[in-house]
Amino acid sequence: MWAPMGRGRWHGCALTVWATAAAHRGILEPRPMPTRGAAAKSRSQDRLYSSADRKEKIDMSRFSVENIRNFSIIAHVDHGKSTLADRLLELTGTIDKTKNNKQVLDKLQVERERGITVKAQTASLFYNYEGKQYLLNLIDTPGHVDFSYEVSRSLSACQGVLLVVDANEGIQAQTVANFFLAFEAQLSVIPVINKIDLKNADPERVEKQIEKVFDIPTDECIKISAKLGTNVERVLQAVIERIPPPKVHRKNPLKALVFDSTFDQYRGVIANVALFDGVVSKGDKIVSAHTKKIYEVNEVGVLNPNEQPTHKLYAGQVGYLIAGMKDVTEAQIGDTLYLHKQPVEPLPGFKSAKPMVFAGMYPIDQSEYNNLKSAVEKLTINDSSVTVHRDSSLALGAGWRLGFLGLLHMEVFNQRLEQEYNASVILTTPTVPYKAVLSSAKLIKARRAVQKNMVYIDQNRVMLKYLFPLNEIVVDFYDSLKSLSSGYASFDYEDAGYQTAELVKMDILLNGNLVEELVTIVHKDKAHSVGKAICERLKDSLPRQLFEIAIQAAIGSKIIARETVKAYRKNVLAKCYGGDITRKMKLLKRQAEGKKKLRKIGNIEVPKDAFIKVLRTQPDNDGRRNRSNVTGI
Amino acid sequence: MALPAARARGWAAAVKMAQRRRHAEAPRGSPSRAPPGSRAALYVHWPYCEKRCSYCNFNKYIPRGVEEAAMRSCLVTEAQTLLRLSGVQRVESVFFGGGTPSLASPNTVAAVLEAVDQISHLPADSEVTLEANPTSAPGSRLAAFGAAGVNRLSIGLQSLDDTELQLLGRTHSARDALQTLAEARRLFPGRVSVDLMLGLPAQQVQRGALPAPDPELAAEMYQEGRAMLREVGFRQYEVSNFARNGALSTHNWTYWQCGQYLGVGPGAHGRFVPQGAGGHTREARIQTLEPDNWMKEVMLFGHGTRRRVPLGQLELLEEVLAMGLRTDVGITHQHWQQFEPQLSLWDVFGASQEVKALLAQGLLLLDHRGLRCSWEGLAVLDSLLLTLLPRLQEAWQQRTPSPVQGG
Repeated sequence: MWAPMGRGRWHGCALTVWATAAAHRGILEPRPMPTRGAAAKSRSQDRLYSSADRKEKIDMSRFSVENIRNFSIIAHVDHGKSTLADRLLELTGTIDKTKNNKQVLDKLQVERERGITVKAQTASLFYNYEGKQYLLNLIDTPGHVDFSYEVSRSLSACQGVLLVVDANEGIQAQTVANFFLAFEAQLSVIPVINKIDLKNADPERVEKQIEKVFDIPTDECIKISAKLGTNVERVLQAVIERIPPPKVHRKNPLKALVFDSTFDQYRGVIANVALFDGVVSKGDKIVSAHTKKIYEVNEVGVLNPNEQPTHKLYAGQVGYLIAGMKDVTEAQIGDTLYLHKQPVEPLPGFKSAKPMVFAGMYPIDQSEYNNLKSAVEKLTINDSSVTVHRDSSLALGAGWRLGFLGLLHMEVFNQRLEQEYNASVILTTPTVPYKAVLSSAKLIKARRAVQKNMVYIDQNRVMLKYLFPLNEIVVDFYDSLKSLSSGYASFDYEDAGYQTAELVKMDILLNGNLVEELVTIVHKDKAHSVGKAICERLKDSLPRQLFEIAIQAAIGSKIIARETVKAYRKNVLAKCYGGDITRKMKLLKRQAEGKKKLRKIGNIEVPKDAFIKVLRTQPDNDGRRNRSNVTGI
Repeated sequence: MALPAARARGWAAAVKMAQRRRHAEAPRGSPSRAPPGSRAALYVHWPYCEKRCSYCNFNKYIPRGVEEAAMRSCLVTEAQTLLRLSGVQRVESVFFGGGTPSLASPNTVAAVLEAVDQISHLPADSEVTLEANPTSAPGSRLAAFGAAGVNRLSIGLQSLDDTELQLLGRTHSARDALQTLAEARRLFPGRVSVDLMLGLPAQQVQRGALPAPDPELAAEMYQEGRAMLREVGFRQYEVSNFARNGALSTHNWTYWQCGQYLGVGPGAHGRFVPQGAGGHTREARIQTLEPDNWMKEVMLFGHGTRRRVPLGQLELLEEVLAMGLRTDVGITHQHWQQFEPQLSLWDVFGASQEVKALLAQGLLLLDHRGLRCSWEGLAVLDSLLLTLLPRLQEAWQQRTPSPVQGG
């Protein structure tokens, strides 16, 4: 899965390791699990050698500040950010021009599987324009609303953005949201209308939309097809012409912003930095403004997009820095780094991301707690928008209460835990934060949406603003919106504070046993319908057992909904003769293994994904596998 | 089809000799008392069919003209090789399965049986079953197979409804089936079995794929069917096998009792200790799947064994458990002790709370006879095994200090 990234050599190495392991196991068939391990291995090997095998270091001093441009690509999901990034990388010779360049900057397995960008990625492009060598630092950003925190962080290292809009779909919710992020940061905005090769493309209409909504003249739009490469050269030229160079000084003492960081198990923390002033090189003693700890720089370099060491990094440049930070908490994103004994005024940093959806996370087996703990810690340093609080549950033991930016964010986090750390967890109901006023036993929240604003973008499109209770939108609002509008509507949200509401606590019972994970706070008027829906969905996701299961929703002692899962009547495989025994035993053992992972509530065995399934309105048949539906918020 | 007179005579002579031998041996004990390592069942796979049936996922091929002589000689060769390898002294049953073995000539059947009797000993009362399809087995052919040594027929009836038969892609009609059945009963009185399918979809079927059976309906048909068979005097001796007047299939019984069996022919499975080659460990063996490749290998090496997996003691016990519980007698203490003298069924299952819950639910029985399913429990055996197998593993690990030995 890492092969298309142009690092076949090391991938091949990892494969050899795996093949040997398989050979040791002899005649047994390869099981799915080690494949994951192999993936993780290939990734770490990529990491380990990607910089070491390139001894030739680039002299970054030849890029003076006026020849540097730092920019991001922002867009609504699926409007073509990653494809444009691929083309820019090819055009500047950063990567080879082959047919395999798809989502080059999307390194995570989950990104490639889902076709989305989750984590911002940086690449330094070298580009010759009118006789001058330019250094263009590109930061690819996620498009999904859940990941807008990544966008705002990336923008702090930029002076301009490419605002990519689909020539067919036009302006969508995230186009607006991302535009305002860039606008507030006072960045130059270059509108790029992409996918002009599509049959239904209407770039003129989109130009007019851009003019109306963003007040950008139509002649500033660049019309391209990133897929075919049409006009992409113009984009690079516009970056140089229209985006100002960073306002920084090489002569001043070092002032570097940590705008992202990753953790490598061999080299420790790798901090992505933007230099606002000064120079940094190997051997420098630097200080973190946040912790006041002193570090010695081991390596600096640029990302193109793999780490490539350089002698130095200069003001205005974007790159990475490794300074022996071993602990995940040492590289705070938003921190300012300066030279020892040359303190500077720290940069403003970032306001921390506000979690919108919470979930309890527990190891399936408590003996896995420490492994999971370190996996969560490592993942959260790569994704600092996840908030982590220790929690414990009578049923599940020690775990955490995690805050996510949205449901997709939660799913992606879970998937990364599984894929990158081979950790299996139980996730419990996501809840939104409520503030309880104990005296009146009322919780604060509004129920119905209130219309705040309505703007016609053009004849075909209207932008509506509503005040919504968060619990109405976190689970199923988006799915309903998409299905009602046949996929045309798009959606974005921001937090509007707390409001008053009447809420009750609803329990879910299995044969009379409380299911802690499914305790739900729900509006009084909605308790019945929500309870019924949860019972029905639970019925669909609970496998039959040797006895009947009653699923009940209750408020206090009052049962408000009930479903029944009938007992198994027959599940024995009919035919089993000499040729069937091996297969039959394999199947039984796999099922017995799976059974160990089930959570027991009373004597009922519940698969761990049952809870997640319960939270979704429509199961897999609603097109969740369809890329645009999963990611199109 | 001409009767393979010479071979049949050879076999008949062998039968007579065997009968004499049996009489001579009788005072020394019945055949089943022979040491387990010295006896085995033999499965022979005939890989060809006339056409493909829509439901069947067996290893079978639609031939463009079978070189029967070559196939025959390979089956004989492989049977000889594997019998020598196993060191088996006595073959207690032979089963010709497929494919459609009734498409083979009685000649081939006779040749294999003769080879078996030459290398080891095939007693005259050994069960020799042939799978037959109604269309490929007119009465005269069945008689010829009888002359070749077959003494039991397993007829692929599947259904007695013409629409269903068509749906399954069978080449015969209900009438053909009944006629074949009548012929078979006349020729092999008391030694005929039929295959029937349940849970077949009703007649509305899209072209192409068959829809999966409705589990609820299939469960009901199963319960109704077994109850009805019980009423008319059939013993349900295994999950999907019923017999009247004690006419159990000895061959299949060997599978569920984890006896030794040799698999001959493309894709055939076997489980035996290669004692003839000095082995002491039971192995699961699979022969090469494709008939052409298998034949090449047999011609080169005398056998077409593609894969040999040694079975550890725990694995064997797991099979004893999973297979034994499929039968109505379940696993007797005596049977279990043959495989595991140290750790009794009581030791393994007696103290487990989860097992006790199954006993209390009336799905499972553990008593002085052994461990077995109740009538209700048999229908949900696969669920019971998910509790019993991990329990066995646990007990085994506690018993054996080094997990390596657990295999």
